[in-house]
Amino acid sequence: MTGTNHFEVIGKPLPKVDAVSRVTGQAVYADDMLPPRTLHCRILRSPHPHARILSIDTAAARRIPGVQAVITGADLPIKFGILPVTQDERALELEKARYVGDPIAAVAATDEEIAAAACDAIEVEYEVLDPVMSIDAALASPKDERIQDYGGPHNIHKLVALEFGDVDAGFARADHVREDVFFFQGNTHLPMEQHSAIATYVDGRVTLWSSTQVVHYVHRALARVLELPMSRIRVIGAAHGGGFGGKTDPFAHEIVVAKLAMITGRPVKCTLTREEVFYAHRGRHPVLMWVRTGVTRDGRITAMHFKSALDGGAYGSYGVASTFYTGALQTVTYDIPAYRFEGCRVFTNKPPCGPKRGHGTPQPRFAVELHLEKIARDLGLDPVEMKRRNFVKPMTRTVNWLRVTSCGLEECTERVMEASGYRDRERRPGRGMGFAVSSYLSGAGTAIYWNDMPHSEVQIKVDRGGVTAFCGAMDIGQGSDSVLAAVVAEELGLQPKDVRLVTADTDTTPIDLGSYSSRVTFMAGNAALQAARNMRALLVEAAAAKMGCSTDEIVVGQGRIGDLSFEEVTVLAEARFGTLTSAGSYTPPKIAGPYKGSGVGPSPAYSYSACVVDLQADARTGLVKIDNVWIAHDVGRAINPLLVEGQVEGSVYMGLGEALMEEQTFRKGLHKWPSMLEYKSPTFLDMPEVHTFIVETVDPEGPYGAKEAGQGPLLPVIPAVSAAVFDALGVWIDEVPVTPEKIVEALRRKDKGEPARYGPPGFPDIPYPDTIKVEPPTKELDRDAAAPSI
Amino acid sequence: MRRGSADYARRDLRREVERPVDRQVLTLEVNGERIELLLPVHKTLLEVLREDMQLTGTKHGCELGECGTCTVLVDGKPQLSCLLLPIQLEGRAITTVEGMAGGSELHPLQQAFAELGAAQCGYCTPGMLLSARSLLDTNPAPTRDDIREALAGNLCRCTGYVKILQAVELAASRMA
Repeated sequence: MTGTNHFEVIGKPLPKVDAVSRVTGQAVYADDMLPPRTLHCRILRSPHPHARILSIDTAAARRIPGVQAVITGADLPIKFGILPVTQDERALELEKARYVGDPIAAVAATDEEIAAAACDAIEVEYEVLDPVMSIDAALASPKDERIQDYGGPHNIHKLVALEFGDVDAGFARADHVREDVFFFQGNTHLPMEQHSAIATYVDGRVTLWSSTQVVHYVHRALARVLELPMSRIRVIGAAHGGGFGGKTDPFAHEIVVAKLAMITGRPVKCTLTREEVFYAHRGRHPVLMWVRTGVTRDGRITAMHFKSALDGGAYGSYGVASTFYTGALQTVTYDIPAYRFEGCRVFTNKPPCGPKRGHGTPQPRFAVELHLEKIARDLGLDPVEMKRRNFVKPMTRTVNWLRVTSCGLEECTERVMEASGYRDRERRPGRGMGFAVSSYLSGAGTAIYWNDMPHSEVQIKVDRGGVTAFCGAMDIGQGSDSVLAAVVAEELGLQPKDVRLVTADTDTTPIDLGSYSSRVTFMAGNAALQAARNMRALLVEAAAAKMGCSTDEIVVGQGRIGDLSFEEVTVLAEARFGTLTSAGSYTPPKIAGPYKGSGVGPSPAYSYSACVVDLQADARTGLVKIDNVWIAHDVGRAINPLLVEGQVEGSVYMGLGEALMEEQTFRKGLHKWPSMLEYKSPTFLDMPEVHTFIVETVDPEGPYGAKEAGQGPLLPVIPAVSAAVFDALGVWIDEVPVTPEKIVEALRRKDKGEPARYGPPGFPDIPYPDTIKVEPPTKELDRDAAAPSI
Repeated sequence: MRRGSADYARRDLRREVERPVDRQVLTLEVNGERIELLLPVHKTLLEVLREDMQLTGTKHGCELGECGTCTVLVDGKPQLSCLLLPIQLEGRAITTVEGMAGGSELHPLQQAFAELGAAQCGYCTPGMLLSARSLLDTNPAPTRDDIREALAGNLCRCTGYVKILQAVELAASRMA
């Protein structure tokens, strides 16, 4: 029997199951599909950041030869949105435009040029309103009218105030208290593939292929807006060209092509232009942050008060969750005995922000890591040592009720410290190293919409020697299909190539909530494990009956079950049991704390990362060159170390891009650089040497002990860059991205005797509500945490 | 109150569709096969490959010559197919990702990309492979900096370029 110590598949650096189709150009992405009679769709978008729509005249557009259908918001009036509490979007807006790029009308035509010309022929009469373009403007009384008709006061979307433990008492017993303000500029996912969707309408059923991360949420949104039962809609995830969180919302173009297919009876495809991808956005929120921490003389945290203000853009998207995430995980990295969090999200006339890799947590991670660096220097302590004294411990509950199980913070720190030589680094101007740590979820513990159903389900069919696994999970390039195949193969004594996969198809696969919140390996992996073990029990029983021995004596592995080949046993088992199917599912444990808002933050397990960045910074030009990044990531167990490394390296890359150059900013209501040339992202020449260390803590609840790898390793990179710039030049850059202009300006201030810092001057007055005081968990719950149950 | 003006990134196309389109019969040589096509003269090579020849292995990320995703080889040199017009290309040898493997035998670069996980979402991979192939055809033993330089025009958002670098090195060593 497969023992935990001698895996045949788990832990092996195997190529992805779909590697050949990806390197030969045979993988079929949504825009590669062109069924006969396909119509092309283009969407007319608002040229104004904020404007009432007075009238829409489509008559001229309809007269253009080749135009088959023109629709407006009147055809799709029902609102939708990813969160049940913010159903505030229309596929095509009827009443007003809330950002440049807001969809207004759509055309299906025989080719794309005709569709574009027809969009130009649509006459829209607008009443232009004053745009709200900043957090400060959103907090003030609007000149014309509010962007949305809910939330408030003014353009505030969401306010939250929570306190865990006695924060005032914590500050009172502190030997030192420090306050800092930080700003994290927004940025976008920039997937290489532009969003694309194609729909057909046949036999009264809609089928949609899309480059989405979550077929289930698209399915739900289509049913709602098209007013069709879910059984008459099929959503299939096409080969995916990169998401990073940006394809997790249901999008206007997905609904529009389905509607146009229903009207025309022909396949309809819409691929966004690169400019439109910048408007679809749902990327990193710009966040202004204020943090105050009390510490004892030896650097132990006694209390923390954290305030955030998120610039949400024009719609809700995942924003309520993002807001909570800016406050939730501070306590999962450091042991904070008393903690107050006040969060605020505002609406502005910009493309809506949402989840990007790390969802709501890279911003506070940046703030808290630099803040603690500064406190250590105030106290004359080594920052690494001070942070270590406050590391959260395994098998504990945090003050805000989050359950920590396995935790490799210490080991991760030791690995990067040793490898980088941080402690003995050469100290000279212009050369610096920075250190930071982080934690992240292995899947959100609660679903987007409230329900008690499993978050992931897997079915397995064995039929005349062949194994097929069915799961709704969407492989977005991270290799979730390969993880599913590895788990099933391991349990059945096969290799991943022996397992056929059917994934991300709402007609043929059971539910999985999709590729977001780093949930797939943990949740779909556990569901696959259960389904495979159930199938194995059937096969072992059939083999034991044939061999005349007990099931305990049957060894499964290397393509054999007992003395028989896998194929032989499948025939015996099918004869014995009939059709061979099995199922497995995973429901996260109910571990959220007893307070409103506790649904954001809990996860069945947290990953941990530590990072050291080594760089050169030029005092004259402010230019930064990263030479090395050492990163250690506690992934619980690496089901496939090759794929884990890939996720860690990709996270480091994306973190460096955010730290140094990526920013989504606006001028007079317009996106400053909606193109790949002007929106700067790191090229091959910008990437340093990345030294990756996989740390395995074998989580008690993860499949084979595995946790997440796709998002957590991004988090420490950004503060480590800024800390390294301080190490090199003695100036604090309290704002992301850390650009040459900011460094030069901070050095100029330092020379003039001003504070050696570039960052936001202060934090605005925000009408946070009365703080909800939450009793911290008791010691008894700590023991529950040590013995988790599914 | 004022009328909305089309002040964001759009030219007036309405009259364009009414105008007769110039078409020309062209003979292109793609992956060693010659094909005769009747094409509107303004259609890009990228569009012709994907729409008229069903060679959808060539991807697009911007259609403005900024991201490198649509890279193909023209007479062995990497070129951006979104910026080329087929009328420029008669008599030139065009290679796409579909022309890299020998039958079902992968090119050493494809093999190395698959083995080392250098393709995650795989969307930039065809362009990356062709730029790398052009490099190895002219410089069989490139240094790491040679590889970085040659692939600097191909953006990738998944891998951080780390495994791509390793894969090109591995392929070069196997082809030596």
